[in-house]
Parts: sequence; C-alpha cells; structure tokens
Amino acid sequence: MASAREPLLTAHGVVKRFGHVEALSGADFTAYPGEVVALIGDNGAGKSTLVNVLSGVLAPDAGEVRLDGAPVRFSGPMDAQRHGVETVYQDLSLAPDLDAAANLYLGRESVRGGLLGRIGVLDRPAMRREAVKAFAELGVELKDVTAAVTTLSGGQRQSVAVARAVAFAHKVIFMDEPTAALGVVQRARVLETVRKVADRGICVVLISHNMPEVLSVADRVEVLRLGRRVASYTAADTTIEELVGAMTGSLDGPNGGKEAEGAR
Amino acid sequence: MTAESQKAAAVDGRPGVPDWLRRAATLNELWTFVILVALVAFFTIAAPGKFFTTYDITQIAVNAAIYLVLGVGMTFVIITAGIDLSIGSVLVLAAVAAGEYNLHHGGPDSGWGTVAFCVVIALAVGTAWGALQGAVVASGKVPPLIVTLGGLGAALGIAELATGGQDPAGAASTHLQNSLGFGKVLGIPWMVILAAVVTALFGAVLAGTRFGEHTLAIGSNPTAVRRAGIPVGRHLVKVYGLMGLLAGLGAVMWLASYGTTSIAGHSTDNLKVITAVVLGGTSLFGGRGSVLGTVIGVFIPAVLTTGLIVIGVQQYWQDVAVGVVLVVAVYVDQLRRKTRERA
Repeated sequence: MASAREPLLTAHGVVKRFGHVEALSGADFTAYPGEVVALIGDNGAGKSTLVNVLSGVLAPDAGEVRLDGAPVRFSGPMDAQRHGVETVYQDLSLAPDLDAAANLYLGRESVRGGLLGRIGVLDRPAMRREAVKAFAELGVELKDVTAAVTTLSGGQRQSVAVARAVAFAHKVIFMDEPTAALGVVQRARVLETVRKVADRGICVVLISHNMPEVLSVADRVEVLRLGRRVASYTAADTTIEELVGAMTGSLDGPNGGKEAEGAR
Repeated sequence: MTAESQKAAAVDGRPGVPDWLRRAATLNELWTFVILVALVAFFTIAAPGKFFTTYDITQIAVNAAIYLVLGVGMTFVIITAGIDLSIGSVLVLAAVAAGEYNLHHGGPDSGWGTVAFCVVIALAVGTAWGALQGAVVASGKVPPLIVTLGGLGAALGIAELATGGQDPAGAASTHLQNSLGFGKVLGIPWMVILAAVVTALFGAVLAGTRFGEHTLAIGSNPTAVRRAGIPVGRHLVKVYGLMGLLAGLGAVMWLASYGTTSIAGHSTDNLKVITAVVLGGTSLFGGRGSVLGTVIGVFIPAVLTTGLIVIGVQQYWQDVAVGVVLVVAVYVDQLRRKTRERA
C-alpha cells in the first residue's frame, strides 16, 4: 500500500562516524506520509544516530536526506522543526512545574493582540482553549490542563509530549521508546494516540524494542543492523521471528528480508 | 473571534473563582501569608494600641521597600534555579558611581538634571554588572553561586578603590532626599509607592508574560526549554541584568533615604533578600515561585523586628526566629516536591 505513494522522508547512504567508530555506514531510510513506521535494531545498530541525523541533531558525514523529494541539510533541531519535523524525546522534554497548556505552547506562546502582545503578555485563555481542543482531538483525557505536569501520570505526560509535537509538526514526528516507562493501559492509550496522529497524514517514526507493540501499531518496519538498513517489512506480512532474525542477522544473511520493497 | 469561542470563553470564566480558591489552598504563598497574619495579630494583641499604628505600618513599609525591590529581582533569579549573592555589593557600587558623579556636580546642592543623571548611572551600572554575571552564568562553566560570590567581592572592591573605602560626603542631592527619600503622597511615602509599583509590574511580568513563562520554564527544565528553541543563555543574561537593574534602583532608594553610600552596610543584604524570597515559597531548585510570595517573605522579618521592639523583647530574637523558619520552609518545599513527584 505504501509503495503507491511518494516517500515523505528518505535517507540514502548516510554515514556518521564518531572518532574511529562508524555508527552509520551507508544507512537508508524511507517513510511515507500518514504511516507509522517502526525503526528497530539491536543495541548499537545505529537507531539513535540515524534518528539524530534525520531530526537535525547530528550532521551526517556522507549521504543524503530528502524531505518531500528535496534534499535537506538541517542546521539543528530547530531547523528541522521549521521544516515540520519534530521529536518526542525519551525524557519527554517537558517543564514539570508548568501546566499542560503551557508545555504545549512552550517557545511558541500565544500573546494578546495589540500593544500588550508586543510586550509579550500571554493570552492564557486562548492557549488553554486550544490545549483542551488539541488533547481532545488526540483522545487524551486530562482533567485539568492547568495542573502542573508533574502531577500527571506517566501516560498523561507522554500524551502531553506527543500533543506538543503534533501541534507543531506537519510532516514527521520521531518518537523514541514512547511506551518504555508505561503500564499496560497507558501504553495502549499512547499507541492509540500515535495511530490518530498518523491518520492525520503525519508520518510517525517509532523507535522501539517491543516487537509485539511494533507489529500492532506500525504499518511498516525498517530494521537496522551494524549501521545499515538490512530489511524493510510490511507489518501485516511479518512475524516477530522474522524481525528478530533480521535484527540479529541470523536469518537470510545481511541482505535478507524484503529489502527490495522498501529500498525501491 | 467567533460566537462559539466567545461562549467557550464565558464558560471558562465562570468557574474561575472556585478554581482560584482550590488552587490557593495548594499555594505556598497562602501558608506564608497565614504566618504573617498570625504575627501581626499576635503583636496587635500583645501590645494593644502600640503595634499596628499608622506610624508602625509606614515605618515597616519604608524599611522593607529596598529589600522588596531587591527581592523582586531575586525571585526571578532563584526561579531559574540560580542565586545572586552580589546584590549588596552591586547596590554599593551603583551608589558609589552615582554618588561620585553627584559629588563632582554640585554635591548636596546639585540640581534636578544631576539627580536624573545619577539615577541613570546607578541603573546602568547595576544592569551592566548583573548582565555581565548573567553572561558568565549562561556560559554554563561556572555555577551562579560562584559567579556572584566573585561578583560580590569584585564589585565591593571596585567601590572601595573608587572611594578609598570612605563613604563620600555629599553623595546625594537634597532634591533626591526631599522627594523620593522623605516625600509622601496622600500620606504614603514615595519609597513605598516606588517599591509597590516595581513589585506589581514585575509580579505581572512573571505571572503573565512570555518573559516570565520562560523564566519559570528554564528553572523547571532547561533542556526542554533549549529544545523548544528558546535561547536560554540570552534569557539568563536578561534575568541577572534585571537583578542588577533593581540593585541599581535599590542604590537610588538608599541614597534618597540615607544620603550616603554606606559602603560597609550591605554585606548581609543578599542573605536577607534570599531568606525573604525562599520564605515566600519560591523554590531554590527553580521552576516555582511568585512575586506575591516574596512580598510576604519580606514583611515577615520586618514585622518581627518592629513587633519585638514594641513588646519589649530583644529584637535579636528576630534573627533566631527567621533562621528557624527559613530552614523549615526549605524542608517543607523539599517534602512537597517529593510527594508531588511520587503522585
């Protein structure tokens, strides 16, 4: 299904070295609009490095990143954000003492009209209204958007971080292990939210270790091993055994899987 | 604005009061305010007709005015999880700079033009010193405690070098003293009005503007703020610059009240002001605090001092009481933080 569309974000032959260590040795990556794509790989496979390159945190030593078909070279995460690419960090990057609405708008606050706005007077009622709306659209239940984030549950905090990314990303959201610290119910909630985000036409790149979760929520799975993409699967057509095999290299050899499909 | 969103605003507005009340119960300010009220009540009962007279209230307010102005700046600094130990020295340096200029341009008889220029000098010296310290803090290489400890020594040293360590005579114009220093409007001293305006202004800035929001956010999680694209370093320079500006204003108020620079008289300003800010519920660990709390925190020691004198107890008990309350306040803050994070 994905192959019918133009890819939104692609990486080709990305190389990144840290001293003598080659974290990425010609990695490829493909993501389509409106899909959840899982990026999996064993520890040290280069997942984080690849995401950091794609989200503008690191500059690649070689290779090409294309967004909407045009080559891009982000000067930093802020530059990536300006291009509609957001990241939900594992630590969530929220200000725990501020409320959910304030966190949603941190750095992009709404101000009043006229002179008051010019001197930076906040329009809190507007931000709170918008926040309530934004959370409702994602199916996030918050009793009170004016309660400090530190008083929220882990799942709610995760949802606030996702909502924050969604509010400003119009192309791609990277999520690093979004459910790692959550209980079963909250985990399901967050995954539901992820699904809703993708349904809006945004591409969600999910970095995860949890294979059943990957298969339940992702449309496609890309597998990294030793700094390269070794396989790319449609989630519906694959199994945990196949994924693990590709991750560890025990199955089909380094160029196994169904790479041809994803690397068109 | 559409009719629908107007309706939504109206609905939001209605439960505003109970919401405010519910919130108030969880505020640090409330508990500190209760302590303040209890103290006032105690002294009023213990010394009927003597405490809580107009004279006492005015005197307490005038004494507190400078600390209040300094405390407003310190609130911002502490909310960023920083600290400024240098304020007393910066106040002295600004006062000496302004005083020396006044001295060479007419002394006590200098005109309004000189007064205005002295005010500008004091504010500029304070702001520049504060911003410089802010820049070093923002570099992230030296913690604020050490930056401002160095600043404390250096600023005082420069002030002493400039004056030979002696308070220059004729540092303040009589115009300044008779207006800001001793003048009143409708019975309210100008000192108090100035402090109240500064407090209200920056209280509103902290609670209702982008600048205040970023200050709170930086204290809460600087990494998140950086990732949100807010220039954290530049903001810290502004916050420490604001502290310096208010120390400069404190210098003007001091010159107006006392007519001299009092080089040796400000070595414990920092401790008094930090105590007031922390008593007022601002967290030393950053992220939380309010100017209103600081107002209450400034008045607790002020009321204690006056109250103890009025009821005939040695006023040195005030130091003991404030010291104990301070430690308790930080202990409670820590406890609250822990329970909240566990929740």
